Amino acid sequence: MAKVFIYPATSLILSDLVARFGHKPLGAALGIRERIQTAGVDSPPLQITPEEPKRGLKYAAVEVPSGVRGRMAIYGPLLEEAEAAIIVTDADLAFGCMGCARTDELILFSLRQSGIPILELKYPENEEEGVQFVAAVRKFLAGLEKEGEA
Amino acid sequence: MMAEYSPDYVGTVTKYVFVESPSMTPGELALRAYEASEGVLIKETCFGLQVTGEPESVDRLIEVIRAFDPAHIFVKDRGFPPGDPRRCRANLGGARPGYLGHEREFRILRYITRGLEELDRRGGEEAEPAPPTLDKKPKLDIKRLQELIDTEES
Repeated sequence: MAKVFIYPATSLILSDLVARFGHKPLGAALGIRERIQTAGVDSPPLQITPEEPKRGLKYAAVEVPSGVRGRMAIYGPLLEEAEAAIIVTDADLAFGCMGCARTDELILFSLRQSGIPILELKYPENEEEGVQFVAAVRKFLAGLEKEGEA
Repeated sequence: MMAEYSPDYVGTVTKYVFVESPSMTPGELALRAYEASEGVLIKETCFGLQVTGEPESVDRLIEVIRAFDPAHIFVKDRGFPPGDPRRCRANLGGARPGYLGHEREFRILRYITRGLEELDRRGGEEAEPAPPTLDKKPKLDIKRLQELIDTEES
């Protein structure tokens, strides 16, 4: 079972397909859950405390806005853990403020630099593309199993 | 001075279950899920369910739920527990943050369903279709760039 980072990190489709084919999807929910379930100081809505931008320094320089560093404190450990990644390149639902947009760029850059196997796809727009989409994901994930055995 | 934060549902896992099926409504799914819940907290929603509990119990329940209609039931992780005042729309009003993203992907689910059914039917006999190719944006031609610079300068 490989740990597969999904982008968009909140994607229902990718999360489901990765889990369905027997791997572990790494998405935003895991990082958020960890913060929500850890006791500390009350910092709604996501329990992001002043500590997070400091942790984010591992992934982004000090000149980078704290919004990006704070977000990277959530995604960074997941990126380090990831053994593969599936990226949907035309994900219009992954839009957001400047902090989100820049963090997304940094996530994609880090993934491509890391050298782990990456599958890049577009969301299907018809049934035929749906078949291609699912087949591509299945083939990619089956390839990871073989790599793990070797 | 910041208030202390003591979290609820520590050590639990929450998952969303989405149902996009012509033969099963979220209500029916909830009824059948309750039968197999064994202590897992189930909340019915307009699109399916939220299940919360110990990780092993949730995984077991998800396995049972998926078997009801494998190609039409989709599952994903959720960070917040159900009814959390920071996320629940009962407290905030309007759509729950994150709902619009789900709504966007919900429209594509029927293509994914079709993909799952089709691949199941083929059962590996036929060659797998080629993955969709990504359109590369054409790079800016150097002459065109020079033209742009010239127009800007004049």
